[in-house]
Amino acid sequence: MEFITTLVNGLSLGGIYAMIALGYTMVYGIAKMLNFAHGDIIMVGGYTILVFLAINPIVSIVAAVVMCVLLGVSIEKVAYKPLRGSSPLAVLITAIGMSYFLQSLAQIIFGTAPRYVIIAEFGSLELGALKIGHGTLITLAAAVCVMVLLNLFVKYTKIGRAMIAVSEDKDAARLMGIDINMIITLTFAIGSALAALAGLFSLMNVPTIMPTYGALPGIKAFTAAVIGGIGSIPGAMLGGILLGVVECICNSLPGVAPYTTAIEFAILIVILLVKPTGLLGKKRREKV
Amino acid sequence: MALLEVKDLEVNYGLIKAIKGVSFEVNEGEVVALIGANGAGKTTIMHAVNGLIPKAAGTVSLAGEDITGIKAHKLVSRGMAQVPEGRRIFQELSVFENLQMGFFTRRDKSEFDAKLEEMYSYFPILKERSSQIAGTLSGGEQQMLAMSRALMSSPKLLLLDEPSMGLSPLYVNTIFDMIKKVNSLGTTVLLVEQNARKALSIADRAYVLEIGKMVKTGSGAELLSDPEIRKAYLGG
Repeated sequence: MEFITTLVNGLSLGGIYAMIALGYTMVYGIAKMLNFAHGDIIMVGGYTILVFLAINPIVSIVAAVVMCVLLGVSIEKVAYKPLRGSSPLAVLITAIGMSYFLQSLAQIIFGTAPRYVIIAEFGSLELGALKIGHGTLITLAAAVCVMVLLNLFVKYTKIGRAMIAVSEDKDAARLMGIDINMIITLTFAIGSALAALAGLFSLMNVPTIMPTYGALPGIKAFTAAVIGGIGSIPGAMLGGILLGVVECICNSLPGVAPYTTAIEFAILIVILLVKPTGLLGKKRREKV
Repeated sequence: MALLEVKDLEVNYGLIKAIKGVSFEVNEGEVVALIGANGAGKTTIMHAVNGLIPKAAGTVSLAGEDITGIKAHKLVSRGMAQVPEGRRIFQELSVFENLQMGFFTRRDKSEFDAKLEEMYSYFPILKERSSQIAGTLSGGEQQMLAMSRALMSSPKLLLLDEPSMGLSPLYVNTIFDMIKKVNSLGTTVLLVEQNARKALSIADRAYVLEIGKMVKTGSGAELLSDPEIRKAYLGG
């Protein structure tokens, strides 16, 4: 029974990682860059919830999504777009710089001390010995919905297919009349909205926030995206869930718990050794 | 009237002048071929025309309108479509989805269905494979798909970059028959080809390109019988 609780918690945490990992992987797939400021978008979402919580929880959630989308899209326009076509290292350094910028800005505005963000009081579901928090179940359900919707969007809408086309061959996509800038903006918007939701669900489970709030989940979700195969949407989902489940199982075992993070990154190393493209990553034909 | 008019085009790759002042025109209804050896600048001219690469100097106009600075994705709705070198179909999308991308700038559902049926009637194999992932098609089938994808937008001007590259002789004939057919149905064609014999045989007019400059022009038949051209491009 305890194991089932652990498993459900793991799936729920994995859902959060998957939501963040989707942002990394979609941006990588479309813009061919690693957006290391992505984790900090989660933090901005969290603080937005904190600010607007006084009005109403629902308002705060909507505000967080809007704020994160605007921020994500603006970051792309201001910081990354001018560097398109320049060395990948320049873009990478810019993304890392953007990450520190956002963290420092949050420190100036909110201070370094952790703040409590209690969105709502959640009870738990009890079935005999089985006890699972409502927050966990809501997170899990929302994560499943988000993933199903995103898959449907990418697979069955014309814009979604255009995203696949752009990720595969930008020039060929332009020759079809697809506006690459529009697709990149859309990708950042979707990724940032997912980051806002990830922030929301993280706060539902652990209700404290600080300026470095997004850093560790960001790195773990990036790991999840690489485990699943960076650029692959199903890969990000699989990698996220896998990492969440492993984390919760390790944390539930007394002797293993202190090594949880080490184990997670060890899994990354092993998977990359065995399959360098990640679990569902495809080896792309390099074009000349 | 010239549908496409290119004047004094220059293109640089860094310090290298790849295209050094090239002018040519494609009249409505024509098939015009650009021939030349590897590295002569044929594909570069194509990319300068379709807006994928910036031009250092010169102008390009389509149906009398200046399109020199217009971005590639905006040219489709102005009536230009391209079959790129190496086909460049979307390997992860199905045949149907590739054709849908060719219709990206338009919305009319009934028009889409009509265009789709038209393409399937030209190349029935594509209909058979419509839900197959495009990356699994053979080279010849991919070329048919690339051509159909470009034709989905009902272009006035179709640019074809090395359509015969890497294809078996049988498929080369299929593709060239198709080019003639598309042209007879009213689409103007600008063709870049290394297979000069094949290109000249269907071209109304052709231009010969040598290291970034136009060196000769004439009708397809004239160039086919030109001794110099025969020696340089047609194997004597």
